[in-house]
Amino acid sequence: MISPPPAVPPRAEPMIELEDVTKVYRMGKVEVQALKGVSIRVAPGEFVAIMGASGSGKTTLMNIIGCLDLPTSGRYLLDGGDVRKLTDNQLAVIRNRKIGFVFQSFNLIPRSTALHNVEMPLIYAGVGGDRRRRAVAALEAVGLADRARHQPSELSGGQQQRVAIARALVTEPAILLADEPTGNLDTGSSGEIMGLLAELNAQGRTIVLITHEEDIARFASRVVRLRDGLVIDDSRREHGVEVSA
Amino acid sequence: MNVIEALALAVSGLSANRLRSALTMLGIMIGVSAVILLVAFGTGAQVQIQSQIQNLGSNVIYVSPSSQRVGGVSQGFGTGNTLTQSDVNALNDRGQAPDIVTAIPVTQVQGIMIYGNQNWFAPTSGTTADFPQVRNYDVAAGAMFTDSDVRSAAKVVVIGQTVVDNLFGGDPNAAVGQTIKISRVPFRVVGVFGSKGAGSLGNQDNLAVIPIDTAWDYLAGARGKNINQIIIQATDSNSVQAAENEATAVLLTQHKISDPNQADFSMQSQQDILNTFGQITGVLTAVLGAIAGISLVVGGIGIMNIMLVTVTERTREIGIRKAIGAQRSDILLQFLIESMFLSGFGGVLGIVVGAGLSRWLDGAAAGISASIPPPVVSVPSVLLAFGVSVGIGLFFGIYPANRAAALHPIEALRYE
Repeated sequence: MISPPPAVPPRAEPMIELEDVTKVYRMGKVEVQALKGVSIRVAPGEFVAIMGASGSGKTTLMNIIGCLDLPTSGRYLLDGGDVRKLTDNQLAVIRNRKIGFVFQSFNLIPRSTALHNVEMPLIYAGVGGDRRRRAVAALEAVGLADRARHQPSELSGGQQQRVAIARALVTEPAILLADEPTGNLDTGSSGEIMGLLAELNAQGRTIVLITHEEDIARFASRVVRLRDGLVIDDSRREHGVEVSA
Repeated sequence: MNVIEALALAVSGLSANRLRSALTMLGIMIGVSAVILLVAFGTGAQVQIQSQIQNLGSNVIYVSPSSQRVGGVSQGFGTGNTLTQSDVNALNDRGQAPDIVTAIPVTQVQGIMIYGNQNWFAPTSGTTADFPQVRNYDVAAGAMFTDSDVRSAAKVVVIGQTVVDNLFGGDPNAAVGQTIKISRVPFRVVGVFGSKGAGSLGNQDNLAVIPIDTAWDYLAGARGKNINQIIIQATDSNSVQAAENEATAVLLTQHKISDPNQADFSMQSQQDILNTFGQITGVLTAVLGAIAGISLVVGGIGIMNIMLVTVTERTREIGIRKAIGAQRSDILLQFLIESMFLSGFGGVLGIVVGAGLSRWLDGAAAGISASIPPPVVSVPSVLLAFGVSVGIGLFFGIYPANRAAALHPIEALRYE
């Protein structure tokens, strides 16, 4: 039943390379093995959906890919660099430069304008001069230039998520990591957001999408299924046709 | 992230909770204004006492009799009748004491003054014609009695404004030429001293001065030619020490004492008195400041409390910031600047309020009683208050800020 690791060879140097990654959490006296040895390679320009039921380890996997957490064992190379030996501050720099996060609950800073939210990663990156221009450009890219001065509470869910995508893109990261980006949205807004992600992917951006909805996963060109901390299926679809590995 | 960005971030963070920020600032504001106000009162007292001591005379040294010694045994303070007219004459000898302008003897006599149906009590001193010059009194009406009045023991008196107020209804010119009785001896008022005003050292306008020979002849009773005090005036402020040394030498010779430690008189210059009072008022100011400082500490604890609440409330925001690349130091700086801004701004408000209250009380205090010293807001106390308030923000902000900076991004993001 369990499929072997992906047989499809990467087209180029992988953007993300996980090798036999495990993650063990200690909850009180109980050890919880969230990941039991996951190996995934994501090539530049891929649009990968990671699917699984709750408890399958997909959130843990996303935290590790997003450099919010470190694996217990195994190897993780992001854009060619080994992440395991990095300090907290170095991880913060990696998150700032190489990863753009899009969360289910948008996670915009309340009481800050859309523009300021988008500027924020640039502030932490130490970008001074053309920060405003880049933030405006990112808002334009998601079609919200006219909402720059609005606060999150004045925007609809779909608009908030587009601001979050602008914020994720503003530092020109290597990968866009979206964790259930449509989980809090109605069908119409979901379609808009997924369309936007597909468009970004078409422009060459690497996207890793975490979801439990088949409809949403359909936008990706490759689906990785997790169950109980292991990869149970890794299939790519070309032109809408599923090609099982 | 530079400081201006961090400051803008702090301001936006604080303005999100305006009432809470304002109340927290209020704590610091009250503390700082209390410190400013109480220190201003202390400084005011200091300034006032200084000017009053200066008013007692210019560059003067007070010589008092101290313990008389009999066979090396001290007889206790004030037992001596050790100062004599020949001591005064010797001190006035420029050959022996070149730095002394003049030395005047003072003898205190007591007596009720009566004019018509009014009576009044004022300390009465027998002295010489140099008294106004040495003790910094102006003669506002009439004139000071003369050396010949002293030699002839004339029954003339020069009185202070308070005496005029109580016996003559306040008009100095009406008093001159009138006759008052001191201990039933009639004296002609020849002059009135200009007012020096009242202060913490007592009313300096309630006095009467008569020729010393007159005091000895008519008012001293059985005490004979007693001198309670010799007041020496030095040529200028730089020669006070020299004059003191010369006077000591002259008096030791006069009294045939070889060991200065055995001296039967004591000397106190104006500077000594200034120093003594300076110490007292300095301690007073420090104590007042410390009491007010307690409220500043309470304000600081208020800041810490609010910052802890803020950090908890904004856990998710901290998680977001960390996820998009904020480093530990960025978060630390953000919350530290927030707490320092709270306390610093509260401090500025406190300085404004404290200084305003001092100014207002300056007017109000004069209206209540002239003896309340007007508060003086000193620049160092303002700078110190501002520095201390910012420091309090730093001190009480470190723990909450550090707590925020140490949050793990995943846990912070998961926080509801």
